[in-house]
Amino acid sequence: MARKMECIAMLLAGGQGSRLGVLTKNIAKPAVPYGGKYKIIDFPLSNCVNSGISTVGVLTQYQPLELNDYIGNGQAWDLDRANGGVHMLSPYQQIKGMEWYKGTANAIYQNIHFIDRYNPEYVAVLSGDHIYKMDYNKMLEYHKANDAACTIAMLEVPWEEASRFGLMILNDDNSIREFEEKPKNPRSNKASMGVYIFTWSKLRRYLIDDENNPDSSNDFGKDVIPAMHAAGERMFAYLFDGYWKDVGTIDSLWEANLDLLNPKVNLDLSDDTWKIYSKTPTVPPQYISATADVQNSMVAEGSEVFGEVDYSILFHNVVVEEGAKVRYSIVMPGAVIKKGADVEYSIIAENAVIEENAKVGCRPEEISDRDEWGVAVVGASVTIGEGVSVAPKAMIAEDLRKGDE
Amino acid sequence: MTGKNIVGIVFSNAYDECLPELTGLRTMGSIPFAGGYRLIDFSLSNMVNAGIEKVGVITKANYQSLMDHLGTGKPWDLSRKTGGMFLLPPFSTADASNNGDKIASLKGIMGFINQCNEEYVLLSDCNCIFNVDIEKLMEFHSEKNADITIAYKNGKTPALNDIMALDTDNSGKVTNVAVGLHSEENVNYSLNVILMKKSLIERLMNEAISQNYNDFEANIIQRNVNKLAIFGYEVTGYAAVIDSMKTYFKTSMDLLDIENRRELFNRERPVYTKIKDDMPATYRIGSKVNNSLIANGCIIEGEVENSIIFRGVRIGKNAVVKNSIIMPESYVAAGASLNYTIIDKNSAVTPYKTLSGADNYPIYVGKGIMI
Repeated sequence: MARKMECIAMLLAGGQGSRLGVLTKNIAKPAVPYGGKYKIIDFPLSNCVNSGISTVGVLTQYQPLELNDYIGNGQAWDLDRANGGVHMLSPYQQIKGMEWYKGTANAIYQNIHFIDRYNPEYVAVLSGDHIYKMDYNKMLEYHKANDAACTIAMLEVPWEEASRFGLMILNDDNSIREFEEKPKNPRSNKASMGVYIFTWSKLRRYLIDDENNPDSSNDFGKDVIPAMHAAGERMFAYLFDGYWKDVGTIDSLWEANLDLLNPKVNLDLSDDTWKIYSKTPTVPPQYISATADVQNSMVAEGSEVFGEVDYSILFHNVVVEEGAKVRYSIVMPGAVIKKGADVEYSIIAENAVIEENAKVGCRPEEISDRDEWGVAVVGASVTIGEGVSVAPKAMIAEDLRKGDE
Repeated sequence: MTGKNIVGIVFSNAYDECLPELTGLRTMGSIPFAGGYRLIDFSLSNMVNAGIEKVGVITKANYQSLMDHLGTGKPWDLSRKTGGMFLLPPFSTADASNNGDKIASLKGIMGFINQCNEEYVLLSDCNCIFNVDIEKLMEFHSEKNADITIAYKNGKTPALNDIMALDTDNSGKVTNVAVGLHSEENVNYSLNVILMKKSLIERLMNEAISQNYNDFEANIIQRNVNKLAIFGYEVTGYAAVIDSMKTYFKTSMDLLDIENRRELFNRERPVYTKIKDDMPATYRIGSKVNNSLIANGCIIEGEVENSIIFRGVRIGKNAVVKNSIIMPESYVAAGASLNYTIIDKNSAVTPYKTLSGADNYPIYVGKGIMI
């Protein structure tokens, strides 16, 4: 029996993130690189550690190799603990047979015995694909003060965007009166962030009931939360007012990266009191040559810039050769942008090579039909041949040579 | 011979006196270098890249920053159940006479060496910047049936008072050792990476102690040239020995050359160091960076040219930093201007101050100072 923990976290990291296309071909969405040196999962993991939650179960299912390898024993996040620490929880064979995680609630259900080992009072259920800095401990205090069964973190979103979210209608004491899932005419702008704290004894019962209900889709948002609400459990919304972004689409991933360059955006990664930890490779500092021009950009160590970089994020070990231009783009680790290549409004995935004089993406002003415009994406280890042109909004999964276009 | 059969010994304080400014508050091994490293990283990485799994780090004084840097040895994969890194602090009683010579330093740790099961020892200082394949040196040692193998480099001798210059025959056997020879001609000078059997160093040290020897180079190496099979192993790639502020500055600037960087930061044999969780460097609008190395966590708003900028440094608007080295967490305020300057850790240059040194005499600003 492990030592009792007051609160442990379960991090849902099994999502494919199919809307990210080639970027999640071989990796799960939480393993997608973000912000010049991080992966998306670094944010919830670092939040846990910084909030004093040192036992974290990471639920993986889709392409877990990269995540398993990345998280390892959790040392980078200080989660290599004698008691607790980080645990990778993949579906496994049981006496009644092999079962995949059918839904978010089922994923937790299948790991009830893992949670029981720590006999916690509370369990935080977190989604592994959002960018935000949040003190879960404050939310836990709020949960305790309200003697709640479930507390849901919420964010006020602009009214015009509200219909894209799961919304909550609240009573005066911030207890939850009603839920609305992506309504056409929203009555609230308070959206769920996918961050929940449950009183474990309650949640445990609802998970078992949910599993026994053949009509359930075994999802937190669709099944378990409404069931708790219908049964009259004490449920509260916890207001969060910092930066939060779901990076589920190419556009939002691109935007969330470039948000780091916007001084008006409230996401400071240089804050020593709330560090975002990541597994950092040991590489030498970045080199900016005499021929380079780097403006309003973030560049990680190990990169070498000989060309022009403007309003972009370069991850580690990226090379931008002389005369190459990278603008309004995200270039992931190990990618090479060769001489004279022109990369604009694009995401270039890990170890991709953009050969000489190739052109990837373009500015929205250059295109007459705005619906045709979008961020171009070049998949991991893909080579874009010399002089090849990649249209905006294109998603390239295979090598492209001149003539293939 | 495999790395597993060797115990590494690193002298972290050797030649501290050559860089009095930088070692005032730290060891030679913990001097910041190349934007994100400490000098000891090179010796340690060379060892672990050759499969060495047990390393003793000898300290003498000022080793707080070294301990902070090394921690449990994790970044070098030296946090082990068996073997790993051993920090060997001085005994207060044994060696009041520790004059910094290797004999005095080794004398204090013979207990550590005696209880090692490894067959060989590899000695190394911290003031040598190089990335060599130690496995090749090990092969060379076996092939030559050597008693002692010393890595050397051909060139002008560094200004270290006990530097060894080696004469070798065609087979690489050392025929003569000159100690403290400083000539304008190129010689084969020792990089002080020395491999020998553990049993041999035990015998030589016993002799040194009984004879009251106190000069490793003269009394142990030079005296045994004709008695032992001492071989020289030539290092042909990039190697620099830091013997003064001037060479520290020059060696730092060497890294702005792409060839030197490729050799030193070889992807096959990475140089490991303690990781800090800094965000990537940010280049603001109006910044101008030219031929410089920049570490993570920096925020650059001004102009940087031919310089090495360490982690977490901030360069304010319209500040101009040329031919300079700025160590971690230092701050160059708006409009300040620096040329041939070394700013140590956690220091600040206030707005519109100007500091200018010369290429053979950079101005040094100490740790935690505000100008």
